Amino acid sequence: MATVSSSTESALVLGRPSLAEVTRTVAGIVERRTPRAWWAAFALTGSLTLVLLAMLGYLVTTGIGVWGNNSPVGWAFDITNFVFWIGIGHAGTLISAILYLFRQRWRTSINRFAEAMTLFAVACAAIFPMFHVGRPWRAYWLFPAPNAWLDLWPNFRSPLIWDVFAVSTYGTVSLLFWYVGLIPDLATLRDRAQSRARQVIYGVLSLGWRGSARHWNHYEMAYLLLAGLSTPLVLSVHSIVSFDFAVSLLPGWHTTIFPPYFVAGAIFSGFAMVVTLMVVARQAFGLQHLVTMKHLENMNKVMLATGLIVGYAYGVEFFIAWYSGNPYERFAFVNRALGPYSWAYWIMVGANVLAPQCFWFRRLRTSVPAMFAISILVNIGMWFERFVIIVSSLHRDFLPSAWGMFRPTWVDLLTLAGSFGLFLTLFLLFVRFLPLISMSEVKGMMAAREGA
Amino acid sequence: MRGGPAGSPIYGVAAEFEDAARLLDALHELRRRGYQRLDACTPFPVHGLQEALGLRRSPLGWAALAAGLAGASGALLLQWWTGSVAYPLVIGGKPFFALEVSVPVAFELAVLLASFAAVGGMLALNGLPRLYHPSLRHSRFGRASDDRFLLIIESDGPQFQPERALEALRSLGGRQAEVLEE
Repeated sequence: MATVSSSTESALVLGRPSLAEVTRTVAGIVERRTPRAWWAAFALTGSLTLVLLAMLGYLVTTGIGVWGNNSPVGWAFDITNFVFWIGIGHAGTLISAILYLFRQRWRTSINRFAEAMTLFAVACAAIFPMFHVGRPWRAYWLFPAPNAWLDLWPNFRSPLIWDVFAVSTYGTVSLLFWYVGLIPDLATLRDRAQSRARQVIYGVLSLGWRGSARHWNHYEMAYLLLAGLSTPLVLSVHSIVSFDFAVSLLPGWHTTIFPPYFVAGAIFSGFAMVVTLMVVARQAFGLQHLVTMKHLENMNKVMLATGLIVGYAYGVEFFIAWYSGNPYERFAFVNRALGPYSWAYWIMVGANVLAPQCFWFRRLRTSVPAMFAISILVNIGMWFERFVIIVSSLHRDFLPSAWGMFRPTWVDLLTLAGSFGLFLTLFLLFVRFLPLISMSEVKGMMAAREGA
Repeated sequence: MRGGPAGSPIYGVAAEFEDAARLLDALHELRRRGYQRLDACTPFPVHGLQEALGLRRSPLGWAALAAGLAGASGALLLQWWTGSVAYPLVIGGKPFFALEVSVPVAFELAVLLASFAAVGGMLALNGLPRLYHPSLRHSRFGRASDDRFLLIIESDGPQFQPERALEALRSLGGRQAEVLEE
């Protein structure tokens, strides 16, 4: 028993590095000269971010009509992108909170990275509903502050307002969780800093942390509380996002399966994004001994499991459409698979249900090129899932006279591309200036192993 | 409080230890010898340190519970008052207030305020943020966030004898035993 557990433990940190080597490896990434490749990547993603800003500027100065949204397709790329990005974030919270409560030690090397991804994904997500309201400078009307003209309050009976509370709480709590986790590592960077600027910046950010036993006593409790609070929070966020659809009366949206189906899909897409980014980062920064094949394999297993849940949900939706005997519901689903947007539906099924089946095989589960390719497919598939749910349900209204089609404009497409630019730019800044692996947690895990 | 070498009051003495096991052994021994005001600076939370120092369980859970309840009840009050008192508006024939539709916002605000209490309470109980602490004066303090463990014996008044405390730290395997001024 002891030998079995020690072999799994060692697979999480290879080569038995000393505590100082862990510090050197992780802090060294932040301390060494900026690599040329980083600048090249930053130039690319920075330009894409500028495209996003230009598109948003164009939208605000011209009007919402620059998007392809129309009647009956009033929600299109904007809400698709919103749900897509919010979903991406969910893997970060799952790794940092739920796996922490379950004492899954393999989360330790990847949690910081995944939490950062959560924050940046939520930032990207928030852009879309904010600009979809058309007058983003009045987006604060969504919050319960009486506005100057009518003394109006938000309509708390609408799931769209629940969404505002869910997403803003999620963003705030994720930021707190991430920052609290960073404090001891920022203190490490402060203590190692050579230049005055670094000493001051990391000194301020680490809040005077000194690793006192009394600090750790309260710190560990606060961390546990945040994990305990984030666990139901992350489940609530995508459930509430799904209420935006499920509470309506539209065939294709009005389904009780939506909350669990959305949460599973969010975790599925989030893990795919973690794998996509992590495969690149561990190669670029030489972190193969801290983020091992064991981590990647476990993430692929989570993808396989959540992919099966998502596939099951696709099946159940069709079954219920038939079993309900509701002709509108039946039509919506037949139209989804065989109608004008059937190509999007089959991309979704292929990428989300078929592609992850490769992970049944250990060879593919532990092959970096294979998992990279499959994770990209899943990212694409999960974007199309939201597109299919939103656009294919809307474009065929109850009366054929109200039918329509949605075609994205160039502004739609460039705004989506630009949101990837913002996400990746924030990510590049994160890996450049903050420790992308939690040093104090990795050390604690190593010490626990030595002691056992 | 007695003056140190430079005449300033003494905060305590500190020494560096190689690993967590030696730190814990030294702490147990010092407590046996009657030292009460002990602390340690470590690069990660060391298992068994709370017990060795006799620290009580952090009360943050209660703060989070209270804040969470305040958040939930505040959210219910807000939704009831805005919907049925301040601006009652008939929307789709729905009631002005119902518990069921108020659950999501109440839940989110409970989580939000409980998280603020957990983090704010942690910082307040730890006295953070702060710019200076005497333990920063130790020449090896920087290693305590890397791979070494600092044991601190805090002064407990005029009867504190720094020389004896330094000797105790050295005899237990502590290196770089130094006096820390305030």
